Amino acid sequence: MHIVVCVKQVPDTKIIKINPKTNTLDRRSAPAILNPYDAHAVQEAVKIREKTGGTISVLSMGPPQATAVIKKSIEIGADRGYLITDRAFAGADTLATSYALSKALERIGKELPVDIVICGKHAIDGDTGQVGPGIARRLDIPPITNVIEVVEVNQQEQTVLMKRKLANGYELIQTEIPCLMTVEKEINEIEYSPMPNMIKAARYEPIIWAVSDLENVDRTQLGLKGSPTIVGKMFTPPRPEGGKKLEGTTDEQVNQLMDILLENKDLFTLQSSN
Amino acid sequence: MPEKFDVIVVGAGPAGTACALTCARAGLDVLLIERGEYPGSKNVMGGVLYRKQMEDLIPEFWKEAPLERPVIEQRFWVMDKESVASFGYKGLEWGVEPYNNFTVLRAKFDQWFAGKAVEAGALLINETVVTECLVENGKVIGVRTDRPNGEVLADVVVLADGVNSLLSKQLGFHKEFRPDEVALTVMEVINLSKDKINERFNLEDNQGCTIEIFGDSTKGNLGTAFLYTNKDSLNIGVGTTLSSMIKAKLKPYELLDYLKNHPMVKPLLAGGESAEYLAHLIPEGGYHSVPRVAGNGVVVVGDAAQLVNAIHREGSNMAMHSGLLAGESIIEAKNRGNFSESTLNIYRDKLHDSFIIKDLEKYKDAAHTFESYPQYFKEYLPMMNQAMSTFFTVDGTPKREKQKQIIKSVTAEKGRLRVLQDIYRAWKAVK
Repeated sequence: MHIVVCVKQVPDTKIIKINPKTNTLDRRSAPAILNPYDAHAVQEAVKIREKTGGTISVLSMGPPQATAVIKKSIEIGADRGYLITDRAFAGADTLATSYALSKALERIGKELPVDIVICGKHAIDGDTGQVGPGIARRLDIPPITNVIEVVEVNQQEQTVLMKRKLANGYELIQTEIPCLMTVEKEINEIEYSPMPNMIKAARYEPIIWAVSDLENVDRTQLGLKGSPTIVGKMFTPPRPEGGKKLEGTTDEQVNQLMDILLENKDLFTLQSSN
Repeated sequence: MPEKFDVIVVGAGPAGTACALTCARAGLDVLLIERGEYPGSKNVMGGVLYRKQMEDLIPEFWKEAPLERPVIEQRFWVMDKESVASFGYKGLEWGVEPYNNFTVLRAKFDQWFAGKAVEAGALLINETVVTECLVENGKVIGVRTDRPNGEVLADVVVLADGVNSLLSKQLGFHKEFRPDEVALTVMEVINLSKDKINERFNLEDNQGCTIEIFGDSTKGNLGTAFLYTNKDSLNIGVGTTLSSMIKAKLKPYELLDYLKNHPMVKPLLAGGESAEYLAHLIPEGGYHSVPRVAGNGVVVVGDAAQLVNAIHREGSNMAMHSGLLAGESIIEAKNRGNFSESTLNIYRDKLHDSFIIKDLEKYKDAAHTFESYPQYFKEYLPMMNQAMSTFFTVDGTPKREKQKQIIKSVTAEKGRLRVLQDIYRAWKAVK
């Protein structure tokens, strides 16, 4: 079983600042981390490997310092990691990114055929969730998004059974291998990495590829050139206004809150959603 | 079977990193274990980095290290409730190569420094706590971390785990601190624009100033406060020995608040925005508190070995130098293929021959003296301000008359003999 996990280095958006003039993220204001959804993707690959055996590769596209997220993935338990980095990739939107990653996956697959590709649901700096499905489309394999549980990987039948998160429940899906899944955070808990993994990661040097290391690449589909996305406008969502602050002792605050709730009975009437 | 290294260094602060760097450069297999998210994330100091000991490790480090400002002015304030007696030195020669010292932000600096050890070949592992040393037949043979399969072996374990070195306590090298052996320092990083800093402290862009504040900054307790200029922030902090804090029923954050709102300090901070709040213990026991620093398969460096000169606010430089000396000793032990206590005592001897133990010995009774005789901080410092005020106030009194008044006011309550005794005692403590 060969599982490839696609990972991305992102600024930690919990602490990032927004440049108030340009409305863009001030990337220097926050440390770069492994996209949290991708960490769960690597963890899930480790869980699958515990049952099936095999190899976990991680793949990332980014600047040279993105090797840090590959090392982080090795800590979680990946066996090896690839970084594709090249000026030609710069400025890529989700279309150009999924094209570049699919080309790298083709090369990885030549060395060792790929059974399952796992991606995080989305990156916390872009929130699009388009790259995973974009890769699946190009590799012509089924994309299963929003996976919350891998129920069974059947190597004999070459199938995977998994649960997909829906707005009001879940969907049980079985698909053939090879396939691609994107995972939600609730799929697993990130485990505290064992010491041997930490040592391996500290020592590990990721495999680094430039465009010239990939085969049959149409350069017009890479980077800024291959990115038709136009950002029309960016704005910071307005802070919610209004509201009322309750003051006083805890008992007083609770009483005030009860009064408000009882006066606004419509808060409790069921409204149709969806 | 756990992996084995030549050296495991516990703690990637100045001491641990210096040791890891020294050993890695000699081709030794080094594992550097840091409990924080990254080196520097948990480390605290006032913010002055001395050039000499850093340069011994990385020549011309100022060309690439993330430094704040070279210090060209050192001021000393004796502060009373509404006054400051100030003296100091400002020299432009400190603003050009090779410089004298620098202000730094540890979160940035330590990360860079540890990166140098990694470049030299050391393996750095973050977010990992060493819970104990593995001991076999009276010899330290490795460490256990809090991770699954967490054991790692080594010929030598270097304890650079900081002031409250739980590991050397476990080995019986240390006793629990007495409250007069440690100071508790709280500090804040306050963001303030470069222009405002330059204006208020009379500096150019690449010039820094440090102010050490005595007296009312600690409400007369044994300790000091400091105010240092970074590029676009200030470090302000205050520390006193735990024992005086307990005695005076002081809360450290109240002391810092008091300092920040002191009329002599407040205008310098005005408009600043608090960016970080930090607190840390500082080993101030000095010479008498230095524990055993070498054992079978183990050495202790930096704060863990209590190597701080509280009088001269030197610590990080001693840490680095002790790390370097420990590294050299481990290399020698490796050459001999013997990591016993008697071999590793090379490190103890090097430490004793260096400025570190010599300086600590010079001041070995200083803190104790000032703590036992509180009149120095409680009475003499305010008297100094009073004397300056009397002397420089122009009111028609002849200067000789003023001198008499001053001497009289100092000796009035105590008598000349007591004052002479106090002066002699203080001189003896720091001579």
